[in-house]
Amino acid sequence: MIYRRMFGFPDWGVRSPFTELEQLRRQIGRMYDEFSGTPSLRGRTGVFPPVNVTENRENYYLRAELPGISAAELDIQATGNTISLAGERKISGAEENARYHRREREAGKFSRVISLPDDIDADQVKANMTDGILTVVVPKAEKAKPRQISVK
Amino acid sequence: MADTESKELKVKEKQELATPAEQTRSGLVFTPNVDIYETEKDIILTADMPGVKTKDLTIDLRDDTLTLSGDIEPFENPDEQDMMIEYEVGKFYRQFTLSEVIDQSKIDANLSDGVLRLVLPKIEKAKPRRIEVKAG
Repeated sequence: MIYRRMFGFPDWGVRSPFTELEQLRRQIGRMYDEFSGTPSLRGRTGVFPPVNVTENRENYYLRAELPGISAAELDIQATGNTISLAGERKISGAEENARYHRREREAGKFSRVISLPDDIDADQVKANMTDGILTVVVPKAEKAKPRQISVK
Repeated sequence: MADTESKELKVKEKQELATPAEQTRSGLVFTPNVDIYETEKDIILTADMPGVKTKDLTIDLRDDTLTLSGDIEPFENPDEQDMMIEYEVGKFYRQFTLSEVIDQSKIDANLSDGVLRLVLPKIEKAKPRRIEVKAG
């Protein structure tokens, strides 16, 4: 049946006249999702582990909280200007006849890639795992370091 | 459970303490995630407290209340600028009421890789005895 559309030419079609409204509703829903939500959730990509990235003139620092994971179980790779972390968290099993009162810690695999804006010196990346906190120090490439310009 | 081995970990927000007692220093306080399970002889508690060193951890057991309290040392250099912050750093605090009576002299605590493992042995129940009655 030919029906009038809101925009564009009248068209052949057996689509329901509500298609345009459906699209509009979806767009409004998307806009609403962007503005709602608590501030703490907005920046989260939802990938484990949460990582804090900070920088100073010389390096980038990536920190993640990974309790219970030893250095040997982590796989960190530096490629181009990205750092990828992957690993698996295992929780040591309880004995046979244990009764659980609470179970809040989770186990499983994780994998995450962080892109850094500037060029990095991939050969000099150092990582340190202490007390369940992983700190990766990524030196910036020489040409990416800020250079002080003196004014005569 | 075999099916938890290969599933992907999801992000869980750090839980802030709901109604903390006022602290002397300002700062965030989080409740650490714990697993508690009980065997015949002990109660075993494992808590995730990343960034807490042995000297900053306090475990207190009195009146059947177990209190875990861990302090974090700041570990960022002062000249660092934040680019992307996804988690906050703060102290850990959690209290539990224990139902079983615990043998306090035999509590074992171990903190490694940010995981605290507490083994709380239960008091051995008194063995039933026959009481001899002496005539006399």
